[in-house]
Amino acid sequence: MLETFLFFLFAIVAVVGALGMLIARNPVSSALWMIMTLFSIACLYITLNAEFIGVIQVLVYAGAIMVLFLFVIMLLNLESMPSLGDLDWRKVVAFALGIAVLAQLLVVISLKLDVMPEPVAIAEAADATSATNIGIALLTEHSFSLEIIGVLLLAATVGAVMLAKKRFV
Amino acid sequence: MYDFLLPDMGATAPILLVALIGVVLVVVDSFSNDSASIPWLSGAVLVAAITIELARVGVTDSAFMGHVMSGGFASFVNVVILLGALGSVILSVPYLSRTGHNFGEVHALILIATAGMMVLANAGSLITLFVGLETMSICLYVLTGLVRDNERANESALKYFLLGAFSTGFFLYGIALLYGATGTMMLSDMPAALVETGRTGFFAGGVALLLIGFFFKVSAVPFHMWTPDVYQGAPTTLAGFMSTASKTAAFAALILVLGRILPLDDVGLDTRHVLAIVAAITMVVGNVLALAQRNIKRMLAYSSIAHAGYILTGLAAGALGYAGALYYLLAYTVMNIGAFGVMSVLEWDGKQGAEQTIDSLAGIGSRKPLLGVAMGVFMFALSGFPPLAGFFGKYFVFAAAVDAGLTWLALIGVLASVVSAYYYLRVLVAFWMKKPEDAHVSVQSAAFDVPLFSKVVLVACVAALIALGIVPGFITEAAGAFFVTPEATALLP
Amino acid sequence: MLTDFVPLFLMIAMALGLAMSLLKLAEWLGPKRPRAIKASAYESGMDPVGTARDRYSVKFYLVGMIFIVFDVEIVFMYPWAVSFRHFLANGGGLGSLAVISVFVVILLVGLLYDIKKGGLDWD
Repeated sequence: MLETFLFFLFAIVAVVGALGMLIARNPVSSALWMIMTLFSIACLYITLNAEFIGVIQVLVYAGAIMVLFLFVIMLLNLESMPSLGDLDWRKVVAFALGIAVLAQLLVVISLKLDVMPEPVAIAEAADATSATNIGIALLTEHSFSLEIIGVLLLAATVGAVMLAKKRFV
Repeated sequence: MYDFLLPDMGATAPILLVALIGVVLVVVDSFSNDSASIPWLSGAVLVAAITIELARVGVTDSAFMGHVMSGGFASFVNVVILLGALGSVILSVPYLSRTGHNFGEVHALILIATAGMMVLANAGSLITLFVGLETMSICLYVLTGLVRDNERANESALKYFLLGAFSTGFFLYGIALLYGATGTMMLSDMPAALVETGRTGFFAGGVALLLIGFFFKVSAVPFHMWTPDVYQGAPTTLAGFMSTASKTAAFAALILVLGRILPLDDVGLDTRHVLAIVAAITMVVGNVLALAQRNIKRMLAYSSIAHAGYILTGLAAGALGYAGALYYLLAYTVMNIGAFGVMSVLEWDGKQGAEQTIDSLAGIGSRKPLLGVAMGVFMFALSGFPPLAGFFGKYFVFAAAVDAGLTWLALIGVLASVVSAYYYLRVLVAFWMKKPEDAHVSVQSAAFDVPLFSKVVLVACVAALIALGIVPGFITEAAGAFFVTPEATALLP
Repeated sequence: MLTDFVPLFLMIAMALGLAMSLLKLAEWLGPKRPRAIKASAYESGMDPVGTARDRYSVKFYLVGMIFIVFDVEIVFMYPWAVSFRHFLANGGGLGSLAVISVFVVILLVGLLYDIKKGGLDWD
């Protein structure tokens, strides 16, 4: 019960953060709103018992990726976006209502068509996503993918240097 | 616990070898900038990998608990990818040296991209599929933006990156939904899981998103917008690499996904229609837009969109068309590497010559007969004249479409090919029948040699096209065998 | 399961609450007597010159990018470290060490490349 409550609480916070990111007129505020979204997604993972993924979400996305976002915003020295006053609010409301109707329809259709797969028991899911079990899978059956990911990260490093250093002009 | 490691490393040796040498090239380049040995090393490892794969075409195997496939189908596709990479590396050395961009990193990135393509094309699970796709894409984004002082190159790299990242999102979402619907990441377990769960809306959504990701990577029509800009802006030989090897990898992965999780008799029926409609639109739009292009690289980009449509025709025919599609991929790789190779030689300095149009190349055939003849062969092959390889490629995919009851699709394909003859032959008219005096002064006065390496690749491509056209059965039998033998059907129904 | 996280949630809630309430309290309780010199940007005693919104150098981006690469590396190493006991117990200690070592060496090549090509130099 608590899980369900927290899940929907954080889901709403995530959506609010995403909307805030879109509505904010200053790129830096947008980035901060996005941190809120990423953080609540991490909380969502934790309510689903995927603790490791949740922690990684905070570490990599809310931490590292957002740092890069802020760097790029400052790199580009973005001006503030034009204010929202220019928007036609009737259209915005109409859009929101349309989305609401669409969501309702989709729910009805999905109930009729048996869209949702059988959920996995929470205990089973929690077991599969513990850091230990991820480690075991990662280093045995996914060892090939792991090494290729290493090569991918190397290529990303090389690419970043090639795109940024003067020697390559 | 790690008993599987050594045999599986042996089974995936070509991929690991290419990736390893890619890493080694980064080390070599760190210690001696742009060392002359780097292209040689990368050429050597590609040749070695091709040799290993050729020896393994007969076996069917899988490695790393089914996450990677090896031998048979995988080896065949790897050979095509590696041939594309080898041709591009050899052509790139003189081209990039002339434009002053022959960095060691370029060759390292080409090798790493090639390894990524092979992982994508040999994927046994959705995880390896994604890892391969990303490895390939990241390297290609960087290679597209190689010429940093060229605004068009920057624009094309940015476009490619943004749209590519967007399509990766689709791809990843599709993977997540498929996993949610079937509970497994393994492609080989999916049919059984589907029988158990039935075909949920989750599954259909996952397939749709995955297909969008694939359509983007093979530049099928509603998702083709990036292709002309990227091919025009990227260094020419690397555009050839992108248009051949990466498409081969994406198509091979698409065959794996379609063959494994969407068997035609049952759940895949409407997916076949989606493929057929996308193929039809792609052929029509690609060919019609190519008619309007005067810039030859841009024309080749639209032509590559059209060819994606032809190959999709083969895939829409289901298991009947897979062997034909594989033959087509091989033929297409050879002729497109050749066509981009000729253009790379004609862009002799990468500056004045970088924008070659139909007008600027008037009469170049009589000045450089080798280039003229080679371009003639490539254009005839691309438009599908017998007895060159392009003809049989088209024949196989269209015949498969007719056999599968998609006669209308084959008809559209044939009509589209007729249209394509106009723009391919227009290049030849410019090359041979216009007088050199019609061209720009800068082109007339430009003195440039055809580098020996480029000559070798172009002659090899011409010879391969003729050989593939005279004895097409050799390849189709090999390719067809992947889809009938019991071991292969076990892997790929 | 989730109850394990109650202390964490409590701590986050307290941190957020404390930070926000302190800011708000200072705003309410603090006397406000603004003057021009108080309201100006603090630049260690100098008069602020130009705009604060200046373009950053691309070097920051390079460092950030390299940071992310190694951050992701840690993400992959952590599960190995946690599961290493399991591997030791099942006779896969050396194998898993080899796999992760290759991974780390590949990324070290990236670091080597960075250092050699001056990716970490500030020019």
